[in-house]
Amino acid sequence: MNKLIFANLTHRPVRTLLSVLAIAVEVTMILTLVGVSHGTLDSTAARARGVGADIVVRPPNSTVVSALSSAPMSDKLIGVLMQQPHVALATGTVIQGLTFPDSITGLDFATFNKMNGGFTYLSGGDPVNEDDITVDQYYAQHRHLRVGDTLRLVNRDWRVSGIFEGGKLANICVKLSALQAITGSPGHLSQIYVKLDDSKWTDAVVAELKTKMPGYPIYSMEELTSMLSINNIGMLKDFIWVVITVAVIVGFIVVFLAMYTAVLERTREIGILKAVGGSSGLVLELLLRETMLLALLGSVLGIALTYGTQWLMKMLVPPPLVQETVYYWWPIAGGIAVVGSMLGVVVPGVKAVQQDVTEALSYE
Amino acid sequence: MSEGVMGAVGAGRVAALAEPIIQVRGLTKIYHVGDVEVHALRGSNLEIARGEFVAIVGASGSGKSTLFHILGGLTPPTAGTVVIDGKDLARMSNQERTELRKTTVGFVFQKYNLLPTLSAEDNIKIVEYIGGRPTAFTPEFVEVLHLLGIADRMKHKPRALSGGQQQRVAIARGIVNNPAILLADEPTGNLDSQNSAAVLAVLKDLNERTGQTILMITHDPEAASYASRTVHIRDGRIV
Ligand SMILES: Nc1ncnc2c1ncn2[C@@H]1O[C@H](COP(=O)(O)OP(=O)(O)OP(=O)(O)O)[C@@H](O)[C@H]1O
Ligand SMILES: [Mg+2]
Repeated sequence: MNKLIFANLTHRPVRTLLSVLAIAVEVTMILTLVGVSHGTLDSTAARARGVGADIVVRPPNSTVVSALSSAPMSDKLIGVLMQQPHVALATGTVIQGLTFPDSITGLDFATFNKMNGGFTYLSGGDPVNEDDITVDQYYAQHRHLRVGDTLRLVNRDWRVSGIFEGGKLANICVKLSALQAITGSPGHLSQIYVKLDDSKWTDAVVAELKTKMPGYPIYSMEELTSMLSINNIGMLKDFIWVVITVAVIVGFIVVFLAMYTAVLERTREIGILKAVGGSSGLVLELLLRETMLLALLGSVLGIALTYGTQWLMKMLVPPPLVQETVYYWWPIAGGIAVVGSMLGVVVPGVKAVQQDVTEALSYE
Repeated sequence: MSEGVMGAVGAGRVAALAEPIIQVRGLTKIYHVGDVEVHALRGSNLEIARGEFVAIVGASGSGKSTLFHILGGLTPPTAGTVVIDGKDLARMSNQERTELRKTTVGFVFQKYNLLPTLSAEDNIKIVEYIGGRPTAFTPEFVEVLHLLGIADRMKHKPRALSGGQQQRVAIARGIVNNPAILLADEPTGNLDSQNSAAVLAVLKDLNERTGQTILMITHDPEAASYASRTVHIRDGRIV
């Protein structure tokens, strides 16, 4: 029995390979999409955490993932916040969106460095002049930048002053005053980070700030990062489901077609098996086991290929689009492949075992 | 020992006189090819006793293979009744027809019908497996393979075998499970006279030793002479 399955698979190596590939591509497609969604949100959360703040104050009417490309808060708020009990530091940033998914962040390097020790530079250092810019190594790699190079962004030439280790706050940073001047919003901020003398006061301070600054979304850092987890972002979740559904349907059709023609090609062999006393159940079991094997091989290959797409993403696409390996999706994607291919084989399989054996035997 | 076997067969033959193993009445088969009706069988009657070795002779297209396919439940008749081993084929469920082929009726097809993906050996063993037997050849069966002249061809796939070799593998496959009835469709059609004689000797020996009922289609009068009776079929009618 197993011998026959193996013999069937090796007898038509090209067809077997194509079926396995079709299933693998389906699995890779799903896992890559899921990985990018998760990775992007996770790296965004990690960046936020890297700032070293306990509390974030956002402009009124903003949402967790809003682009923050305007700067509607006055920098006078910094002074107000600094006077609150337990507040040790407060620093504001301005964020200007570039072509998606990049954005440029203006920050007060002196306070920022006090808050978290600053960026770890691989070469160069913080901006000194108003036209200095620092980028993380991924962006630098992507744009082939070195310290001293010129980079044109938001209609201006910048001089690269440093390249830092990514994963903290942002990937492209300039001086706060410089970006405020360019965006025509001097004295305005997109976001304020607050550090306390001790993190244990976080909840108390958040509660107090909320009463003192009604209308401002105020989050503890913990809250903010947990809200960035994937299931909290409805739109992205819906998008992922749409894409996964499409991937599953396309994969199902590919697998269905592959198995359908494979079963048709087998008509005569199915007739022979029935003629020598094989039951319909036996023939179907044979087809299903064979398909199961193909689906499992395809899933394993698909998972392996995901590491390839991960590498490609790293090489070709700059953060914050990051592809993560989401292990709990492995069995889900594999399960989709198995069920899809099983269904793909049941339909023609049932038809094949029900037909007149003489006709099956004369099938060329 | 051999006397004991012969004695048992003798008893079987007596019983056979009481109840034929195959009973065919008014068998009609019409194939529909597009709008055209092909009358393959036109009201044939046939009775085969248990343990008989019958040759079936007739012109090409006279309906011989069609008769075999119906006897094995591979295709339903258009009209008429077929009773095999006391059971009416028309009243059998799909499952029972499968069981019939598994335990009672063995085929040797005119076109061999070996599984192309399996070696000769595995083509035979899969039939043993389906029949629920151990998939190992008994010494007697290995002897049969030698007699058929294919013992040294067992590892080859059908593609690598000549027509005559494939035909003899198909014969070995047909008899491996010792079915009560063997339907052999031109088993010597592709063989030279020496190999034909070997195959016919194996069949005759099976028939005499184990009392296996054999129906053999043939064009060759020499082959037909091995059988105990010859049935003629002409234009879909047994005459
Ligand atoms: N599957 C089929 N569909 C349509 N017509 C068929 C089919 N099988 C057989 N026939 C027709 O039925 C008739 C009898 O065919 P059959 O194969 O039984 O003849 P045969 O006696 O075995 O001939 P031969 O000696 O050439 O093997 C022929 O006219 C044949 O064309
Ligand atoms: Mg024929």
